[in-house]
Amino acid sequence: MLEIRNLYATVEGREILNGIDLIIRPGETHAIMGPNGSGKSTLANVIAGREGYVVTGGEIRFDGKNLLEMDPETRACEGVFLAFQYPVEIPGVANLYFLKAAVNAVRKYRGESPVDAMDFWDLVHERMELVKMDESMLKRSVNEGFSGGEKKRNEVFQMAVLQPRFAVMDETDSGLDIDALKVVADGVNALRNPERGFLVITHYQRLLDYIVPDYVHVLVNGRIARSGGKELALELEQQGYALYNEEPGRARRAA
Amino acid sequence: MTDSTKTLERLATSDYQYGFVTDIEQETVAPGLNEDVIRLISAKKEEPDWLLEWRLTAFRHWLTQQQPQWARVHYPPIDYQAISYYAAPKQKGDGPKSLDEIDPELRRTYEKLGIPLAEQAILAGVAVDAVFDSVSVATSYKGKLAELGIVFCSFSEAVREHSALVRQYLGSVVPYRDNYYATLNSSVFSDGSFVYIPPGVRCPMELSTYFRINASNTGQFERTLIIAAEGAYVSYLEGCTAPQRDENQLHAAVVELIALDNATIKYSTVQNWYPGDAKGRGGIYNFVTKRGLCKGHDSRISWTQVETGSAITWKYPSCILRGENSVGEFYSVAITRDYQQADTGTKMIHIGKNTRSTIVSKGISAGHGQNAYRGLVKIMPTAENARNHSQCDSLLMGDQCGAHTFPYIEVQNPSAQVAHEASTSKISEDQLFYCRQRGISTENAVSLIVNGFCKEVFKELPMEFAVEAQKLIELKLEGSVG
Ligand SMILES: Nc1ncnc2c1ncn2[C@@H]1O[C@H](COP(=O)(O)OP(=O)(O)O)[C@@H](O)[C@H]1O
Ligand SMILES: [Mg+2]
Repeated sequence: MLEIRNLYATVEGREILNGIDLIIRPGETHAIMGPNGSGKSTLANVIAGREGYVVTGGEIRFDGKNLLEMDPETRACEGVFLAFQYPVEIPGVANLYFLKAAVNAVRKYRGESPVDAMDFWDLVHERMELVKMDESMLKRSVNEGFSGGEKKRNEVFQMAVLQPRFAVMDETDSGLDIDALKVVADGVNALRNPERGFLVITHYQRLLDYIVPDYVHVLVNGRIARSGGKELALELEQQGYALYNEEPGRARRAA
Repeated sequence: MTDSTKTLERLATSDYQYGFVTDIEQETVAPGLNEDVIRLISAKKEEPDWLLEWRLTAFRHWLTQQQPQWARVHYPPIDYQAISYYAAPKQKGDGPKSLDEIDPELRRTYEKLGIPLAEQAILAGVAVDAVFDSVSVATSYKGKLAELGIVFCSFSEAVREHSALVRQYLGSVVPYRDNYYATLNSSVFSDGSFVYIPPGVRCPMELSTYFRINASNTGQFERTLIIAAEGAYVSYLEGCTAPQRDENQLHAAVVELIALDNATIKYSTVQNWYPGDAKGRGGIYNFVTKRGLCKGHDSRISWTQVETGSAITWKYPSCILRGENSVGEFYSVAITRDYQQADTGTKMIHIGKNTRSTIVSKGISAGHGQNAYRGLVKIMPTAENARNHSQCDSLLMGDQCGAHTFPYIEVQNPSAQVAHEASTSKISEDQLFYCRQRGISTENAVSLIVNGFCKEVFKELPMEFAVEAQKLIELKLEGSVG
């Protein structure tokens, strides 16, 4: 469903991604691991279409369509979801209201009528239980005053309500205690199905004990240095990334 | 420049929806201002001598005054002799006795504006007094209110039918000498609304006035007086629009509110006068004096305003908190774009013991818009244990607009607690991207974020008005997407 071929990208003139190849088929969960600054978030942002992330080579296809031609909202409406590493606060906009606006935007794109209020309410409540979220969070402004853990949980909750076909989760585990981590993982696992693909970005192997990936890729200096099965994560946990860091100058050339 | 910044700028330029002109026969007094014009206005309204005298005294005082210069707004000198001070739709005989007798063209105008004049009004539970240029054209739902002893009528009618009340309270909160524009208004005011809620009565519906400037070259000088007697409650709504014209038009209104013991007055405004075109040509000069007197103990006056229109807005709805335990509130959203200028805020004058005031001001500037909050919190020596909380937030859209905050605080009683918070923010790229990643277009994301910014104020508005205000802000920010 997602095909990334020979992808190069720069940020503020600096080369960050240096030829990435990655193919994710429906139903697969891929994990990307790598040291800080290796370009994990950059890859996530490029997939989501954030401004300032300039693709200088290669392509990304989503169900055969050229993703790079679409603006961010179109990508979202096509079913691409990004759980942000740092979710942003939107003061005064109730979480529930925001979600409804998002759901209706996607429905409109698909030519569907706005969601029925009761149906929406039922869906929201069902999904809230999935991530063990308190009802009070619905009325609070989007991410405003949320703890780090609440923000991450809210991302998974949004994903559960929007039910995208492909989700990138950018370090959704960082900053979570073990209980919160389990809740988030349970939420993700409940959404896994033969049609849905996941790209789980993490710095730690810990998350992958709970969200067991089909493939693990090691991202170093903007390239996939190695790919393997879930056991690769354990290996990395023991050996660290030092092994892969032989060419530290490569991606860090100053602009 | 990034795409979303471009979109922001495009959003900040869209068209005024209410700019049409009604083709109706007008009776207009020739431009110019002198004692004869004032006598003529007074005669047309068959006013008693005391009122004519009051107008003339104000006029003579006005002649000695200078236009104020302190506000952070800029405009060429106004030629007061070029303005017509009275314009009225021509009517046959005595004027409309019921809603059915109103000129159909006029009714169509109000329909276009979405104003529920008659049946709609009753269904909506809103009683409407509509002021078209200088005269009040219809007051709906009057009979029903009269059963409760509530008076809701045009100012002219109040002068005729409730002369004693008008005489007692007119100028008691905003004296004719108050300021240049209030003095001008006192001399030439044409019509407006009058409300009296008798003791112990809770007005069962929102009372609403709709102001419209139609004639060209006219000024609109309306005068509104609202009195809530002991234990009374009223919520009053005011909306305004004007046709699109190249020249500037003057609107200098005066609103006086009086709340006696335990009375509450909520006064809400959605101001959408024609703001001028994208280059800054034309538009209404909105120079308004609004003030409420919390005269009785435990009285409460609450101003809520959504200011989206006018080339220049200059207004400071204020509260004089004289009664013990009285409460003053000011909730404001002011949005400026293109070349609009707003200098708005409030004054909270604490006189009585245990008086409390709250100020929430939200300024939004886009394009070349300039937005200033100017507020005074004054704690008099008698105001034991007075408390004030002020919060002024500014939101900037683009980098050519401006936001300015001028909070003045004068505390003359050491027991006072006064707190002021201010913030300035921009809609961040991060916020826009977050929304877009969830499928929400930039345009919808902007109105979502702006509405969120205004929420504390919108929640003070009556339901239907809040929806209208929200739509207005959306329209205001909506661009011709192409
Ligand atoms: N918005 C940005 N502006 C400037 N530099 C950036 C930006 N985003 C990422 N970078 C740089 O790109 C490199 C990769 O960052 P990132 O993709 O966030 O890494 P990771 O998520 O793997 O920690 C880092 O050197 C970082 O400083
Ligand atoms: Mg990262």
